[in-house]
Amino acid sequence: MTKSIMLVGVGGQGTLLASRVLGTLLTNKGFDVKVSEVHGMAQRGGSVVTYVRYGEKVYSPVVDLGTADMIVSFERLEALRYALYAKKDGVIIYNDQRINPMPVITGAAEYPEGIYEQICAVVPNTTRVDALALANEAGSAKAVNIALLGLLAKRSEFEKEDWIEAVRACVPEKFLELNLKAFELGYNL
Amino acid sequence: MAKKLMLGNDAVARGLYEAGVRFISSYPGTPSTEITECASRYDEIYSEWAPNEKVACEAAIGAAIGGGRAFCAMKHVGLNVAADPLFVTAYTGVNGGLIIAVADDQGLHSSQNEQDSRHYAIAAKLPMVEPADSAECIDFVKKAYDLSEKYDTPFMLRLSTRISHSQSLVEVGEREERPVRDYQKNPGKYVMMPGNAKRRHVDVEERLVRMREELAESELFNKVEMGGKKIGVIAAGIAYDYAREALGDEASYLKLGLLNPLPEKLIRDFAAQVDRLVVIEELDDVIETHVKKLGLPCDGKNLFSFLYEYTSVEIKEKLLGEKTPLAGELPAAPVRPPVMCPGCPHRGLFYVLAKNKLTVSGDIGCYTLGAQPPLGAMDTTLCMGASISALHGFNTVRGPESAKKSVAVIGDSTFIHSGITSLIDIVYNRGISTVIIVDNSITGMTGHQQNPTTGYTIKMEPAGKISLEDLCRSLGIDRVRVVDPGDLKATDAAVKEELAVSEPSVIIARRPCALLKYVKHGAPLTIDTEKCVNCGMCLKLGCPAISKMDGKMEIDPTLCNGCGLCESVCAVGAIRK
Repeated sequence: MTKSIMLVGVGGQGTLLASRVLGTLLTNKGFDVKVSEVHGMAQRGGSVVTYVRYGEKVYSPVVDLGTADMIVSFERLEALRYALYAKKDGVIIYNDQRINPMPVITGAAEYPEGIYEQICAVVPNTTRVDALALANEAGSAKAVNIALLGLLAKRSEFEKEDWIEAVRACVPEKFLELNLKAFELGYNL
Repeated sequence: MAKKLMLGNDAVARGLYEAGVRFISSYPGTPSTEITECASRYDEIYSEWAPNEKVACEAAIGAAIGGGRAFCAMKHVGLNVAADPLFVTAYTGVNGGLIIAVADDQGLHSSQNEQDSRHYAIAAKLPMVEPADSAECIDFVKKAYDLSEKYDTPFMLRLSTRISHSQSLVEVGEREERPVRDYQKNPGKYVMMPGNAKRRHVDVEERLVRMREELAESELFNKVEMGGKKIGVIAAGIAYDYAREALGDEASYLKLGLLNPLPEKLIRDFAAQVDRLVVIEELDDVIETHVKKLGLPCDGKNLFSFLYEYTSVEIKEKLLGEKTPLAGELPAAPVRPPVMCPGCPHRGLFYVLAKNKLTVSGDIGCYTLGAQPPLGAMDTTLCMGASISALHGFNTVRGPESAKKSVAVIGDSTFIHSGITSLIDIVYNRGISTVIIVDNSITGMTGHQQNPTTGYTIKMEPAGKISLEDLCRSLGIDRVRVVDPGDLKATDAAVKEELAVSEPSVIIARRPCALLKYVKHGAPLTIDTEKCVNCGMCLKLGCPAISKMDGKMEIDPTLCNGCGLCESVCAVGAIRK
């Protein structure tokens, strides 16, 4: 059975590193894996999405509406945007950070209220977390991605050690200590 | 050998390495860029960024005629630029093998149009292969080089965003070193003038027939996978992946890896084994038209769109009648379009252009985002280089007054790509338009590639550096000036002065991209809420770091990089470093 994970957020938030960790973990575990990334124009502060799919044999690299097992969102509004990609019994974890999109900045649209309640009503297994605080506690706001992976790890079918091995393989040496700390903070939350 | 995850574009580069390729020349373009970037890491391969795709393609053709295996890559619109040499090299053939790669962008993730490059292979009578994952990227590239030399033809490699930018598992092999082949002078083959080309056209047609019989009908690139016989799907590349995901073993598949020439017997045999034939192909109905030409009834564009990307759930619903339920309903989230980054040097310029209410003839690059609200300072964007030539036409029909209220905006790399000839059009034909070259010292939108104005090669070795000022002056532009777009007053004055004169002028708005590593960032700015009068001037900059939260202006310190542009537009001095 092929499983689907989505990492969504705002361009520049570090979703690519998180997907690299996931890809490494899943490859180490012997799965067939496909990871679909976004490059180019959409990266410039736009809404970005990375698909990770794994199983015995994976054909499509893309996750469709209503089919994701897990969604990790790096930002609150993006959690709302992609929530319906999750299955009814899927897992959503989102960083409760608010980054206003340009239509909100210009006043053409309003940043929606009550996002958590709305998402919970359709996908009950939803967790919101202040991952920015966890990252700052670990030593850098940039570690939001790995802190969120810590939360994902806790809810995943894989051992904590497997995750840590993948983080070690993907994060440069000089940032490793703070990222491992961010992972622990997310995992133990 | 352990399998590893590899991006499709990286896998193409690996295939080039293993196939013993010696020469690569490309121009960046999403989603093709990483092929050449990844290949540049192999010391055994000479690689370069060319000024544009036509130059890249010609350089690669020359390298192939010279006897080395050669390659060039581009996005779909780049192939339009390179079409001239593409069509003729079909006639000359090769010496060392040659692959011309083109990456289509179904769904317009990062492009100005949706274009199906398969038409080029058909029109130029060139063989075209399309892989469906990273492993096939390596495999098809290596096979195509052998066949390129065997059939004396360039091969086209078609990719798409989802293949180029997806990682999947590959096994890598060793490089097979190939000496440069002998070069023999052969004007009948390489000098394409009418008499010679007439004879070569015969060879081209014969070659296509041979390739149809020997390659298309074989399972070298094409593959039959039998499952349930109620539905038989013909598909290639990413569309095959979507279909296989959606229908699993309930259907049978004729997976095409060779898109031109297409098989006949293979399709007839497959069709005879299934109850219902369905062609699933994104964009145009190329395979479907071929199948119908064979007199075989099939479904295709009667079910699936000519637009955008397909999905597996859509295929499942349309062919199996199985709907994928959603978890419920949610309100639509406000859109989050791409924006200029905090600290982007283009922001200051577009702020000035918007303030002066100018007609702006735009071009292709990060600065196309100047068209977005709140700046909204762009009137037209067509293709690389068109900002200057289109402005010349626009102002010529509208008269001299129009030239006083309009500018062209073009990036450094785009100007080198195809803005130079457009500027020559203005000089030669006595136009008076004002051209602004936004020089951020890098090719930005595609992810920071060096170009002829930066002074470095793709391998970061020192290189010939074109001076934009000297170049423009040498073309006969007397009024060339450089301004810092971070200095709003100076930029405003420069634009006003150059618009006022009745001769052509070039303003070089120079400030490096804020994402370049050597650009130092200041501390985030803050808003003194006591002083702030909520006038909203700072919001007009369209900086993602500034917004109104709970009725008050706020700067997000995680986004702000201290460029200070907002400080200079704040009339009450409420924004401070």
